[in-house]
Amino acid sequence: MKILIVDDEKDVETLFRQKFRKEIRKGDISLEFAFSGDEALQILSSEDPPKFVYVFSDINMPGMTGLELLDKIKAKFPEINVSMISAYGDKENYEKAIQSGAKEFFTKPIDFDSLKEEINKLTNL
Amino acid sequence: MGLENIVTIILLYYLHKNAKAANVSQEWRKYIWFGFLLAIFLLLFGSTGVIPSLLTSALSIALIGGVAYLVLNYDEFQNTKPLFIAVIPLIAVSVVGDLIEAIDKSFYKKVDMIFDVASFFAFIWAIVMYFTYRKQRRIREAERLVAIEREREFEITQKIKAQLEKDVEERTVALTRQKEELENTLAELRATQSQLIHAEKMASLGELTAGIAHEIQNPLNFVNNFAEVSSELVEEMQQELEKGDLEEVKYIFEDLKVNLEKINHHGKRADGIVKGMLQHSRNSQSQKELTDINALADEFLRLSYHGLRAKDKTFNANFLTDLDPSLPKIEIVPQDIGRVFLNLINNAFYACNEKSKLLRNSGKNVDYKPEVTVSTQLGDNELEINISDNGSGIPESIREKIFQPFFTTKPTGQGTGLGLSLSYDIVKAHGGALEVESENEKGTIFKIRLPISKKSP
Repeated sequence: MKILIVDDEKDVETLFRQKFRKEIRKGDISLEFAFSGDEALQILSSEDPPKFVYVFSDINMPGMTGLELLDKIKAKFPEINVSMISAYGDKENYEKAIQSGAKEFFTKPIDFDSLKEEINKLTNL
Repeated sequence: MGLENIVTIILLYYLHKNAKAANVSQEWRKYIWFGFLLAIFLLLFGSTGVIPSLLTSALSIALIGGVAYLVLNYDEFQNTKPLFIAVIPLIAVSVVGDLIEAIDKSFYKKVDMIFDVASFFAFIWAIVMYFTYRKQRRIREAERLVAIEREREFEITQKIKAQLEKDVEERTVALTRQKEELENTLAELRATQSQLIHAEKMASLGELTAGIAHEIQNPLNFVNNFAEVSSELVEEMQQELEKGDLEEVKYIFEDLKVNLEKINHHGKRADGIVKGMLQHSRNSQSQKELTDINALADEFLRLSYHGLRAKDKTFNANFLTDLDPSLPKIEIVPQDIGRVFLNLINNAFYACNEKSKLLRNSGKNVDYKPEVTVSTQLGDNELEINISDNGSGIPESIREKIFQPFFTTKPTGQGTGLGLSLSYDIVKAHGGALEVESENEKGTIFKIRLPISKKSP
């Protein structure tokens, strides 16, 4: 299962790869990373239809925000699951994300256990 | 002979007349009046023969002698002296004549002619002198009047002078009071100014807090996450060791090394942000230090972006940097120049945001991408930092005013109106220049030029 993670902090890649080491080794999931909304859209559009099942995106990013990216993914690829990860877990962001079709809303610092649970829900299907 | 008495009457008349002006005592006036009556009596009865002629002559001579003594010896009668001098020959002729007549009547008869002639000349002398005296008296009177007038004028002048002195004194007191009031006001204004500057610092610190919180939260999350994942990796490594999969152990070991570096890196990042914040809030005189302008500009661009983003959820803008890596470090007060960057970048983002709000509210579906760019370049013995936005630009009508204190286009309560004014002062204090270029609907560029001091390497 291909998962795309979007965050402007590059160290997120190292962190996620270590956290999901076992899953990646087993071949249950494969991770890709984008560091801006534009890059994420580029990656998703490079294959038709995209092989990605799930996108996790940060909200606060320069340029295109995570919420804008969410709208665009949902418009172009409605079948891809999108969840938001934000340092600002306020009601406004949360409601906007859910309204726009976000599957889940995670707050930073990321609770990797619940994130794994969320991913496992999909891989066990 | 009654000439002495006539002269006496005239003299006493004038003595009496002059007495008032010369301030003669009441007692003297009484004597003068008495002598006057006696002289008239002697004149009337001297020639009738009622009183022996010898007695009349003696009394007459005694009387004129007394008058002569008075006039010559008392200051009070000085003013009658010229008149007395006029009649001296008359008196002398008359007295000598009387004496000769009294001693030898027959001899007197023989020299009668001489006395008549002498009397005649003495009389003419007396008349001439009298007129001279009158003329002098008039002149003196005129002089006296002039003197009185002068005295009066002098008194008036004195009064005016006194009034003037009083006025000047009052005015001086009033001016001194005003001066003190002004000095107090100035001192109050100075105190208010430094309070305002501090308030502006605190306000921009307030604007920073959200950005700082976000900036600190991120590295702290990484520190926590990498620490957590590392302890998981250690456990896994132990399992792999027990299994004997040394390849995997090596792999995990490499990861752990990377993680320790990451923890260190993000710890330092948070540390730097806290230090920067402390520096920013410090109110004391700050020291100049060698500073990397590119790093400072980048730091404040991020702080500004995240600060605005945290405050206003709808805000978003792209930010770009175009930093010249060849810039030397320069001697500046980092927190001061940091404030300038923060003010200018905040304004730039604000301008973009206002434009996108305006476009959104107008309903026009224009593809507008708000964008703020910070660029640096090396000039001729100076650094140039440009902060540009693609907002609506600054209308020409207010471009002159933007550096004035308290001038703001933001709604009440949102801007102190001191940001640009203080930025201008800070750049000036660094020997640099702050200029603005703006084009309607295209955007604005703020140019900061800072000299490269000779001391810096």
